[in-house]
Amino acid sequence: MTAVTSWLRADVTTSPLHARMQRAFYGWLRLRANPLAFAGFLTLVGLVLVAILAPVIAPVGYNEQSLALRLRPPSAEHWFGTDELGRDIFARIVWGARITIYISTLVAVIAAPIGLAVGTTAGYFGGWTDTVLMRINDMFLSFPGLILALGFVAALGPGIGNAVIAIALTAWPPIARLARAETLTIRASDYIAAVRIQGAGPMRIILRHIVPMCVPSVVVRITLNMAGIILTAAGLGFLGLGAQPPTPEWGAMLSTGRQNMLGAWWIAAVPGIAILLTSLAFNLFGDGLRDVLDPRSE
Amino acid sequence: MTEPAMIDVNTLRISFGHGASLVHAVDGVSFTVREGETFGLVGESGCGKSTVLRALCGLNPAWSGDISIAGAALARPPDRAFFRRVQMVFQDPYGSLHPRHTVNTTLGEPLAIHGIGDRDRRIVEVLEQVGLGPAFRYRYPHQLSGGQRQRLAIARALILEPRVLLLDEPTSALDVSVQAEILNLLTDLRRARGLTCILVSHDLAVVAHMCNRLAVMMQGRIVEELDVAALAEGRTATEYGTGLLTASRGYDRRLAAAFVEKTEE
Repeated sequence: MTAVTSWLRADVTTSPLHARMQRAFYGWLRLRANPLAFAGFLTLVGLVLVAILAPVIAPVGYNEQSLALRLRPPSAEHWFGTDELGRDIFARIVWGARITIYISTLVAVIAAPIGLAVGTTAGYFGGWTDTVLMRINDMFLSFPGLILALGFVAALGPGIGNAVIAIALTAWPPIARLARAETLTIRASDYIAAVRIQGAGPMRIILRHIVPMCVPSVVVRITLNMAGIILTAAGLGFLGLGAQPPTPEWGAMLSTGRQNMLGAWWIAAVPGIAILLTSLAFNLFGDGLRDVLDPRSE
Repeated sequence: MTEPAMIDVNTLRISFGHGASLVHAVDGVSFTVREGETFGLVGESGCGKSTVLRALCGLNPAWSGDISIAGAALARPPDRAFFRRVQMVFQDPYGSLHPRHTVNTTLGEPLAIHGIGDRDRRIVEVLEQVGLGPAFRYRYPHQLSGGQRQRLAIARALILEPRVLLLDEPTSALDVSVQAEILNLLTDLRRARGLTCILVSHDLAVVAHMCNRLAVMMQGRIVEELDVAALAEGRTATEYGTGLLTASRGYDRRLAAAFVEKTEE
């Protein structure tokens, strides 16, 4: 262990891998030094573990109905109680973690590259390229995210796959804006001038020199947006346009719990708390990530 | 002085803005630099000396006039081969190095762009030449001092083995103690490689140390050209040149008063 640590702390890095590992190591130390961000990170790691281990944690499955046991309050047997069909809410929350992670990763994977590509291209080339791309961007930005997602889902048909596409389509414009703003400052810098007088073409400059500088703020931004994305997904579920029953999507669970809210508060409260905690964890982690990814603070 | 002209600039004009806000940053500048010579461009801030340099290396396409380097006219945009002949060292080593690229990546990039092989050997060799050992190869710029960064910037400019090196105030962002080191390094490299250099500076001591000839610029024009011997003896032909020379020797109450009188007139 000490051998590994001293290798990571070495004054002289001896290979590209070593240099990268050292940077990651110092980033990790900075994350550890920030208790709130680290708590957010642990919560997210916990969420991923729960999602992976769902069959072990909740072997009953999310759709075992038992009408004799409906609307039971939380107890030793059913930690979070049961819903209106007698399904164990704990099991549904655990299996629902998979859906939440599925939605958030897929949205990030779709929205971040689109936003980065549009933003850096617009920022680097400027002129009419910038005007055209940014006006398209404005068209997307001028609708509230949920309304736009509703529109897309209505056109594409309800379902979790379409919900992801719809949310991704509403998530890229702020990222493009951010990447463009960053690109405008980066492209005026001397290190871009230096690579230009080495004879590099625009594609190379954007991909190898501008994008790596934009990635940290985009990662931070999308992590902070993740709370909103999860809430939008839950909102679509709540309106019946996202995951369809009996899928244990947290927003949809919240929606059905609403009918029994006065008599059985736990049906709505538990998925609500799960959404809240996950969004909060993403927010805290995103905030801390800003320090971790800044190369100048090493 | 029989060497052929390496850089020939004829009535170069560069302007920024349109209409009422049009500014002629460079207004009809002509000069010639022979092969192996180091030519200084001096003048106060904003006189257009850096603008000339940026046009010479193809960073600013909005110029008119004639520029020819190594006998070939400068195209807009320049072809890729041009950049193997002409390279530049920037003023601020904190801004001219990509913060997320290691020394290795920074030096490998020009080789990759021009499809030059044998990268390991070239990188180690050029690091050696600028006085950075192989231990620096996998560091990030933030792990280097200002002087080390400027050495890396020089290495990056030299790895393509250019014949012309443009220096934009290469020492003004550095500590005084490091300035001399960098100047000596540049002098050695220039001699060893037979480089033709243009040095932009407002520090006449640096120019006297590095250059064979220099031109004094004022408000986008060259007001005077002299050689370094004349500079050392203080033989300047114009009033402005004399003023600049006197100003560089330190603060002079009478001189300052004279300048104030002149601006009030």
